[in-house]
Amino acid sequence: MIWGVVQFPGSCDERDALAAAGLVGEARMLWHADDDLDGIDAVVVPGGFSYGDYLRAGALARFSRLMEALAAFAQQGGPVLGICNGFQVLCEAGLLPGALLTNEDIRFVCRQVEVVVESNRSPFTAGLEPGERLSIPVKHQQGRFFAPDDVLDELESCDQVALRYAAGHNPNGSVRDIAGVTNEAGNVLGLMPHPEHAVDELTGSVDGLRLFKAAAAALA
Amino acid sequence: MRLETKTRNEERGTRNSAHRELGLADSEYEQICELIGRDPNVVELAMFSLLWSEHCAYKHSRKLLRRLPTEGKRVVMGPGENAGAVDLGNGYAVAFKVESHNHPSAVEPFQGAATGVGGILRDVFALGARPIAILDSLRFGQLDSQRSRYLLDGAVRGIGAYGNSIGVPTVGGEIYFEAPYEHNCLVNAMCVGLARTEEMVRAAASGVGNLVVLMGASTGRDGIGGASVLASAELEEGEEKRPSVQIGDPFEESKLLECCLELLGQGLLVSLQDLGAAGLTSSAGEMASAGGVGVDIDVSRVPLREADMEPFEIMVSESQERMLAVVEPANLERVLELCDKWQTGAAAIGEVTDTGRIRVLRGDELVGDVPVSALVDECPLYDLEPQEPDSWTYGNRATLDDRADGAESLLALLASPNVASKRWAFEQYDSIVGSRTARGPETADAAVLLVPEVDAAIAVAIDGNGRRVACDPYRGTVEAVLECAANLGCVGAEPLGVTNCLNFGNPEKPGPAWQLDRAVSGLADACEAIGVPVVGGNVSLYNEGPEGPIYPTPVVGMVGELPDPRRAAGSGFARAGDAIALAGPFGPSLAGSELAKLRGELDLGLPGVDLAVVYAAIAGLREAVRSGAVASAHDVSDGGLACALAESAIASGLGCKIDLDPLVEERGASGETALFGEGPGGFVISGDRAKLEQLASDELPVLVIGEVGGEALEIEAAEQSLSVPLADAEHAWRSLAERVESA
Repeated sequence: MIWGVVQFPGSCDERDALAAAGLVGEARMLWHADDDLDGIDAVVVPGGFSYGDYLRAGALARFSRLMEALAAFAQQGGPVLGICNGFQVLCEAGLLPGALLTNEDIRFVCRQVEVVVESNRSPFTAGLEPGERLSIPVKHQQGRFFAPDDVLDELESCDQVALRYAAGHNPNGSVRDIAGVTNEAGNVLGLMPHPEHAVDELTGSVDGLRLFKAAAAALA
Repeated sequence: MRLETKTRNEERGTRNSAHRELGLADSEYEQICELIGRDPNVVELAMFSLLWSEHCAYKHSRKLLRRLPTEGKRVVMGPGENAGAVDLGNGYAVAFKVESHNHPSAVEPFQGAATGVGGILRDVFALGARPIAILDSLRFGQLDSQRSRYLLDGAVRGIGAYGNSIGVPTVGGEIYFEAPYEHNCLVNAMCVGLARTEEMVRAAASGVGNLVVLMGASTGRDGIGGASVLASAELEEGEEKRPSVQIGDPFEESKLLECCLELLGQGLLVSLQDLGAAGLTSSAGEMASAGGVGVDIDVSRVPLREADMEPFEIMVSESQERMLAVVEPANLERVLELCDKWQTGAAAIGEVTDTGRIRVLRGDELVGDVPVSALVDECPLYDLEPQEPDSWTYGNRATLDDRADGAESLLALLASPNVASKRWAFEQYDSIVGSRTARGPETADAAVLLVPEVDAAIAVAIDGNGRRVACDPYRGTVEAVLECAANLGCVGAEPLGVTNCLNFGNPEKPGPAWQLDRAVSGLADACEAIGVPVVGGNVSLYNEGPEGPIYPTPVVGMVGELPDPRRAAGSGFARAGDAIALAGPFGPSLAGSELAKLRGELDLGLPGVDLAVVYAAIAGLREAVRSGAVASAHDVSDGGLACALAESAIASGLGCKIDLDPLVEERGASGETALFGEGPGGFVISGDRAKLEQLASDELPVLVIGEVGGEALEIEAAEQSLSVPLADAEHAWRSLAERVESA
């Protein structure tokens, strides 16, 4: 399979995401100003500070030219993984529900946390067992997931909460400990933890690689 | 084209003291007049005042720095380039440099620290190296001071804001809190980059007719005179100097970084130089000087933030996120296209000439014209007038009763902000971006970065205990070098190169002059003894507050290599039941120690160090770690052996049972000195008992002192005996956050 990793001005984790995806398939960098996703089987919108996050995290990147093609790709059921800033971009673009607010304690936090698999509907969690714990790092300042209660109830009843922080591991005050959500169809997953930084035992954990492997297996 | 200037005679009677306000001495002004044959005009005076400042010209330190060993077979680039670099093999080099941003940070800590990071990143990518790590070395007044907490909070947020958003991990560093830094905090940032050796460029301009291209942010009035106003005089009225502090924009720099690396990767640049202190003047001057050429700059072609800027303002603006490149005319179009792709500014503002002069033009009008050599190389260098102080002059307020027992002393030391965990700070930094961080903050004594490009890893550390340097500038500086080498040894790394930042008080005063002189000798001797070249660095003088100078603070940054990152030892114990040993010729002493500080007993003097003996032990430990014989390794540092044991225990969640009588007997120390004494050459290692015993050699003495296990730190040491529950020790060691935030 062929992965595409979107690069915006100000992206930081795009090369790491490219390397992680490259462990389970072919991976190509996609430039934000391009306009087609021909031949791409799955897209990663990586972490970083697209456009400096100056207006609001993800608020400017959503207007990138490539985002139109990405929205069409997602609507056709193409798998899309938004990590951290990528999650923020996908929320801003309306491809995912909710919003990501400044962390409860206002500060940037970089820490290894444990998350619990809630749903295996998305191609990135397919094959993982609900209740499984994964050790994956977070690093962000605007990572507090928020949505109104009625939206949250609906997300939960529709099995759209993909990952929650394990008890005592919520690093940012996210409502209902939500670490990752999918769109209604389940093909678009956004999460604050960085699975691309958990693909090598030497750097701390290989649990993140399971998300990439799951998608590769689901698409095989 | 002729420059409109007054002749010297016309000026002589009415000459005002503008040069003094810009920081130039009368004698220096006279010398400038002689060099250029007339009085400088306003543009030229501004240029000279900056390039002849302490910050740019090193006029009080350059002679001393000649003592440092700078050559070695692995050196790719040494002092004089934007950063130093050493060869890693397989076509790769590692570039690194540490630089200070002390005075801006003391005035406005967030922007001061942020732009300190931005500046050191540019120094590294100017060589064509991709930055892969940041480390920082910070000094503040005591934590109970509200000003210190404000500066700490701002500096940490500033470092994070810049490093995190540009995508370079902050993998290590150190923070000390000492009263002499109350008014003059230190913010030193080090950057490490990885380059393909064949793509690296130097800063020297060459090729008459080649174009000079200014890239990155537009030029504004920010930071005008930063180098002379902020960095080359004592700080007094910081508030009024705020407009001299630069403002950072990491997004701009992120684009500039990617753009420069892509340009260099395609071979489109002849040379590249960052714009730091003294802005265009310094960059153009240094490029021309290094290349033995001249440069014409047309200020009317510089993209400006404010339309009405004067030529002198454009020439000395310290607006951030700018680089100066030399480009062959045939490549200009490609260069501008790539800059456009990265949405970063670019303008050809001048050209390389054969005049040997920096000529400043505004369109057709010549507004400044000076010989490059006068500007860059002719600044007078001064001899220091050092005088050794005869007593301890820094004060030292006791905070711990000297009747405190061993357990109370241990808890007080663990809670001391110098010893306590710095998690509060390092969790605010992205330490993992780049996927290289195999050992990050507080997991090992040095940070370990994977370099799959050469199928190995590098280790990096930064150290410098100013208090011990104040006790003895020579020995304290030797210890800083040994501490770095020891930290590298704990992860199995062999030193390749050193960078340093010399933070001292006013060199025109005899005491700080003596400290500087002795410290540079210590740095030179230690680097010579361990065979590691100094490939770059920075000097920050005039660090003083109303109560006097800061502790003399040479900060040493060291980079080493290790063949197998899987064997890089962590600092925490690994398994219950493992034996614990003290390795190395460690001879503990309370002189200059953290305990002496808490008790208000600081005084001049540190015990002597046998450099060869200590370095042989460090080398022995390195081989032991590489062989896989040890399960953990942690060097004995601030707070002595008891604190080192506590840190290894807390990191593992496992207690230990220790008997230090063998140390007391063999090294003639008291129990208390064995517990809390400090000095180089000591390591706490753990692992299989037989394997540890087999490590013992003439170079690396090994004393088995106990065993891992239990839920307490239980230590016997002659007349001393202590038992502290691990949870209490951890609570004390993790108390920094609460004490910073509660204020």
